[in-house]
Formats: sequence, structure tokens, C-alpha cells
Amino acid sequence: MPLVLEKRAERSAVIAVASPLIAIALSLVTIAILFAILGKSPLEALWVYFVEPLTDGFSLQEIAVKATPLVMIAVGLSLCYIANIWNIGAEGQFIVGAVCGSWLAVRTNGTDVGVWLLPVMLILGALGGALYALIPAICRVYFGASEILTSLMLVYVADFGMDYLVRGPWRDPQGLNFPTTAAFDPAASVPTLFEGAGRLHAGSVIALVVVMLVTVLLGRTIMGFEIRLVGAAPKAARFSGFSANRLVLFTFAVSGALAGLAGIIEVAGPIGHLDPGVSSGYGFTAIIVAFLGRLNPVGILIAGLFLALTFIGGEGAQISLKVPLDLTKVFQGILLFYVLACDSLIVYRVRYIRTLRKPAHAAA
Amino acid sequence: MLDPSPQAGPGRSEPLLSAVSISKRYGDFLANDCIDLDLYPAEIHALLGENGAGKSTLVKVMYGLIQPSGGELRWMGQKIILTGPSEARALGIGMVFQHFTLFENLTVAENVALGLPPTESFGAISQRLAETARIYGLPLDPKREVWRLSVGERQRIEIVRALMQNPKLLILDEPTSVLTPQEADLLFVVLDRLKSEGRGILYISHKLEEVKRLCDTATILRGGKKVATCNPREETAASLARMMVGGEIGEVKAASDRSATIPRLVIHKLSLEPDDPHGTRLEGVSLEVRGGEIVGIAGVSGNGQDELFAALSGERRSPGEGTVVIDGEAAGLLDVTERRCMGAAFVPEERLGHGTAPRMKLSENALLTGHAASGMVKRGFVNKPATLAVVDRTTKTFDVRKAKRDPEAASLSGGNLQKFIVGREILREPGVLIVSQPTWGVDAGAAAVIRQALIDLASRGAAVLVISQDLDELAEIADRIAVMFHGRLSAPLEAAEATREKLGLLMGGADTEQPSAEQEVKHAVGA
Repeated sequence: MPLVLEKRAERSAVIAVASPLIAIALSLVTIAILFAILGKSPLEALWVYFVEPLTDGFSLQEIAVKATPLVMIAVGLSLCYIANIWNIGAEGQFIVGAVCGSWLAVRTNGTDVGVWLLPVMLILGALGGALYALIPAICRVYFGASEILTSLMLVYVADFGMDYLVRGPWRDPQGLNFPTTAAFDPAASVPTLFEGAGRLHAGSVIALVVVMLVTVLLGRTIMGFEIRLVGAAPKAARFSGFSANRLVLFTFAVSGALAGLAGIIEVAGPIGHLDPGVSSGYGFTAIIVAFLGRLNPVGILIAGLFLALTFIGGEGAQISLKVPLDLTKVFQGILLFYVLACDSLIVYRVRYIRTLRKPAHAAA
Repeated sequence: MLDPSPQAGPGRSEPLLSAVSISKRYGDFLANDCIDLDLYPAEIHALLGENGAGKSTLVKVMYGLIQPSGGELRWMGQKIILTGPSEARALGIGMVFQHFTLFENLTVAENVALGLPPTESFGAISQRLAETARIYGLPLDPKREVWRLSVGERQRIEIVRALMQNPKLLILDEPTSVLTPQEADLLFVVLDRLKSEGRGILYISHKLEEVKRLCDTATILRGGKKVATCNPREETAASLARMMVGGEIGEVKAASDRSATIPRLVIHKLSLEPDDPHGTRLEGVSLEVRGGEIVGIAGVSGNGQDELFAALSGERRSPGEGTVVIDGEAAGLLDVTERRCMGAAFVPEERLGHGTAPRMKLSENALLTGHAASGMVKRGFVNKPATLAVVDRTTKTFDVRKAKRDPEAASLSGGNLQKFIVGREILREPGVLIVSQPTWGVDAGAAAVIRQALIDLASRGAAVLVISQDLDELAEIADRIAVMFHGRLSAPLEAAEATREKLGLLMGGADTEQPSAEQEVKHAVGA
């Protein structure tokens, strides 16, 4: 074989940054081929997908709105993944956070209770997400259950639990039997940043603060060191005196809290009420965002914006090109595949070897 | 004596296997640089060199495991290309690896059958195995499961497995590193017999006395290059060492005014179930290490040393708080960090992955053991300059060679990384230091620095416990030596009484059946 993978002496810093870019380029080529197979002009399709949304202010705000929950969830998940702990259930924690915060909004609907309402809703959302995330964490620590399976399965529990609430006890009496709560009061809603001119809301600012806090946590604190160490060398972490179990509980709680916070912000912000469609898969897409962003908070911010772009572009493409919206999901799947594949280039390099083997087998 | 061309002599008319100008390049690193080597029948040829000299690379090339970047191999004069070990075996080259490739849950016969071509029935293989083992005096029960066997017995499986293919040339990689002196003697008898049958043997080692005793020819590698081919019997251990190292090795000088004070580390009747099903149970281990003293624990690896280290470091808690006492305080139930805060420090055997995180910078690896007790962390935040200061101080005091100020741990050579790890602990001036295999796989220069640092630490009043398989090392630095066997610890011998023979018997299990705890207590009372 003339091409071989050769281990590098040190991890390549250049490739660590370039790998997501290479992955994006390869994904674009692949999706362009897909467009061609579907009988669309690949260049036009790529334009509609990736450039057009950037050309007007309204779309830009939509991208930020879409990126807000993705970034917030992905930053939390990155803490788990860096420590080799696999929280796959952010979607469920997102829903439970949305439900917990909404409870207060539904209870106080129509009563003028004061400015403390929204902050308490946000706290309830974060708390709910954290507690819900602690279920798989506790199962792993005390019973050895795989957190991958338990956290994933709890997504469906949360999903159906919310479904029951919005179809049953919390259904809007004036809602024509649609499964939705009443629209939240203004006091229970996340304010938009530009009054009457787009949907960009204060949640995006919270997401930026989260990115900064987690950057500091990972880079400067002993807790961040512990998270990185447990992931990089578990035996050395035990030798260092850090408890892996404590870390499972901590990272699950933090990622659950961030997912829950994202959930209640989404419901109290752009959506404005609780209904079964509040998530549209943010918790799963955030997994792609986390890896595309190299499990680095700033990288995740960029990756979140990029994936939000594919959502917005996908909606545009659905209208102007008549391609199914699911193509966006296909693109995201291809992207994750290439990101993970390109990551091997950080530790390995490809070398072309001219074999000197030609006169070989004569003697043997 | 430094004649680089192999001596011609009777019976050496044609070499079995010749390496002609073999080179192997890994990226920018030249692991083998134009090495010539001729292996003759009925000859035991030593391949000598320090760790990293290129011995393993050369041998892997000769066994077809890796392809050379340059040069060629000749088998009985014919040029050959080995694309894999099976081709090497088909020619008649057998190999016994340093790290065994055995399945623990399978029996001896099953392991051997897995390595042979599937043309023979299992019954026939078992029979041939028993016969080969009997002929060469390597007793083996084909029906035993491997995990029940000692390391020496496991090596026998590898040797018998190689012999069953009737090799003309047998390569052994550091075969005695896991054996007691007595087991090594038995191995030498077998090797002499193989030689008398006309087989060629390539014997890889860095133990000079052994090579002088056993081998007819020695080729010495240093830094990927061949330094010389000579007759080891005409050389002294010192002259061989000079060729291996390329200079004189600093003598370790024992501090003469060192005297033992009060016990600073006490292990009292420590029994512990292993957490790994193939681990070793610790049974009533008792020992006292006094301030100013270095106590060595000898023994073949796998006899409970790893378990003992984990119990002493606090990576595993002991069943009772009084089983481990540090500076008069019961520490059995405390964790690693709490024990470090009491002034204890630990150096594990495995450098990469246990003592350090390989892909983290040295400053972060300084934090790894220093985070609790040395001002590197303030209110949860890491004081980066303080961690870098530790790296700088360690670098300066212990002469750690590295490419930049703060590289990843994995990029350092074994010896330099070990100097960093030992230095990182010693600079904290621990009252109790427990170190496992301090110089395993380390070049002679670094080993001397590390041993000297351990002696100096003890002479400043610390209690030092050294777990080592290397009897020469223990003889050099330890004041008393105990032996670990099957999870039990013998009563310690004064270094002067601890001859290789006595230690070897203890390492083979003699004399440890009687409970050692009482002896140790008596010893302590008498002291």
C-alpha cells in the first residue's frame, strides 16, 4: 500500500484547527454531488444554502436565534465529552428544562406577579435539566449502568411527559384543542434585543456569557484541569487524587443545567408557549456542534453559528429549490462523519511511500 | 577488540541470517542507521544496547514485523524480503518476545495451537507440546490456564511454542528481565543446549554479566548505530558499559552519615483483595521504613507489587485505617490527595498514562501531583506561573533535556521523563517517598541521577521505599531488602546479607510460607 498512516510525535496544532475546515469542505463537495443527483444545479444550491442567509439582517438574526440553544447545549456537552463521559440525552434535559420553567409561566398566566418571574423560570429550567441529567449519572456511578443508553432513553420519557402535559392539564382552554399551552405573558418572556425588528433575544447574550465562563472553567481552574485529565488519562487522574465518579455527577449536572436553560429560553423566547415541537432536535444537533467545535467553547460558538446557517439555508432551499428539509439533516450527518474522520489526522499523518519491493520475491 | 567485521572461524563459514546495512527511519528519527549483523549457527550472539539504542527495531526488521527503509536481509546467503512474521517463521526464524502475547483465559495448549498453522489436530499439538517441553526440561502442563502461571512459566510457553516450529535461529528479547536468578540459570542451560544442536541464537539484553557468561559474540548498538562487534568474554563489564553508553557512567555515592531514625512509614498486616480478577491478593504485608533509610522490595513482577503500590498511594483504600501509617498518623482510609498533604509522595511504575498524562504539557503534569499541597491552586484557579516554576526547577535540578520550555510529556525520552517525574516529587521534600521501578527502561546516565537523588533524599531524613525488579539497583541503594512473592512480603534482609542467591530463593517462593508479620514486628522491636 503506497499510502500509510504514520503516528506523529506531537499532536499537530495546525491540523487540530484545520480538521473541521477540511471536514466542511468535504461535506460541501459531497452535498453538491447529492444536489447534482437530485437534478439541481450544485452551485446554485450551495449559494442558497450557505450564502443567501448571510445577505440580509433578518436572516442573520434568525441564525443567531437558532444558534443560541445549539451553542448553550453543546458547550455543556463538551464538558462531558472532554472527560470521556457520554451524555447523549441533552434533548431530554432541554425538554425537561422547558417544562419546569413553563410550569411557573402556566401557573401565573394572566396574573401580574412582577419582574422576578422570568429569572425564576430560568432557574427552574436549569435546575430541572440538571436534576434530570443526574438520573443517568447516578445510575452510572452507583449501579454501573451505561450512561449512553440511559441518557438517550430518558429523552423519550421527557418527550412523552411533555406531550401529556400540553395535551392534558396544561392545554390552553382557548386553544381550539391544539396541544399547546396559552401564550406566555410578557413578564414570562425573554425580551428581544431590537424591539419590533427581528427575533434576536437576550438568550443569545446568555449563551455568549456561558461560552466565556466555560472557557475560563476549562482553561484556568483546577476543575477544568480535572475534566481534561480524566478524559486524557484516567489512570493518571486517579493517581492525581481526582474522583471520576464525582466528575460524572458534576459534568452531567452542568450539561443538564445548560440544556435545561436553553430549553426554557427557547420556550419563553422565540416560541412563546410550550408545545410538542419546541425542540426540533436541538439536543442531538448539539452533539455535532460540540465535535465540530473541537470541544472548545469558542470553536463551539463558531460551529453553532455554522450549523444554524444550514438550518436557515435549508428552509430557504426548501422554498426556492423545492428540496426536502431533511436534506439539512443529511448534510449534518455527513459533516459529523467527516469531522470524526479528519480528527485522525491530528495524531496521524498520511505519507506516500514508494515501495522498494519490486525485485523482492525473486529470492524468497 | 573493536574489530567491526565478524571474526571468521571454524564452523562459521556461512551466516544463517545477515543484516546488511539495515536502516529504519520513523519520520525524522533514524532508529537504525546502516547496521550490519551476521548470525551464525551454533552461536549465541548478544545484541547489547541501552533502551532506545535501536535493538527492538532491528529485531523487528529481522522477524518481518516492520520493513526496513534501507539495506537488505540475507538468509543463508540469499537475499530475502520478509513481509510478515509468518514468512520469517517459515524460513526458520523463531522469536520470544519480552511482552508475552498470551490469552490469559486459555490453556497452555490452546495458546500454542493458536500460534501454529491449523494443519495439525489439537490433540497432536498438545502431545507434541508436552514432548518438546520434556525434551528441553521446560516443565509445562498443557491443560493449565495461563492466568494461573507465573511469569517464568509463561515465558516457557513462548519458548516451547517457538521451538515447536523447529527454528534454525531463535531470537529472545530481554528474556531474563522477568526471571529470578535461579530461573535465569535454568534458561541458560536450555539456551546452551539449543546452541549445541546447531541453532543460532540472538540474545537481546542490557545485562552485561549475563552476556559475558552466556554469549559467544556481542554486537553493541548506540543511538541507532552499530558501535562494535566483539567477544564479550574478552571484555570487562566496564568496557562493555562504556561502549553501550559512550562514556563513563557517574558512580552513585552513598551518603556515609546516613542513619535511620524513627519509623515514618509503617505497613501493618495489610491484606487486600485485588480489584482485577487476575490481580494478586495482598496477604498480611507488614513493613517499617524509618527516616533516613531506603528499603527495597524485590520480586518478580506480578507478585502483588502493583497492588501494594496502589494501597500505599491511596489509589485503593485499605480495609483498616491502621494498616498504613504515615508519620505516626493512620492513613489507611485516606485518599491520594490527603496522603500527599501528610508529606507522602509517590512515583508509579508506568511513566506515560499513570505518572503523567502523555498528551498534556509538563506544567500540567506538575499540577497532576502538586495541586493539593503546593500553592499551585488558589481559590479553585490554577496559578500557571507556579506550575511553570516547578517545571523550571525540576529541569534545572535534574537536568531534564527537552526541546522547549513546556512540551507534552510524551515527547520526552523515557529517561528525561522519569527524571521529571522523580524530580517533581523530590522537590516537594516529601517525608515519605514510595517509588516503583524508578529506573525501568531508563538510560544509564538518567538512572544514576535518579538513584543519587533517592539516596540524597533519604540522607535528608526521608523514608524511601523502592519497589524494583532490578536486584543490582537495590543492592546499590537499599539499606534493607524485602521480597514480595504471591502477595506476601518476606522479612527484610540487611543489604549486606541480601545476596543474589538468598533473594533469588525468596523471589521463587522459598521461606515466605511462614507468616512474615511476626518477624517484622520482632525486627522492629529489636531495632
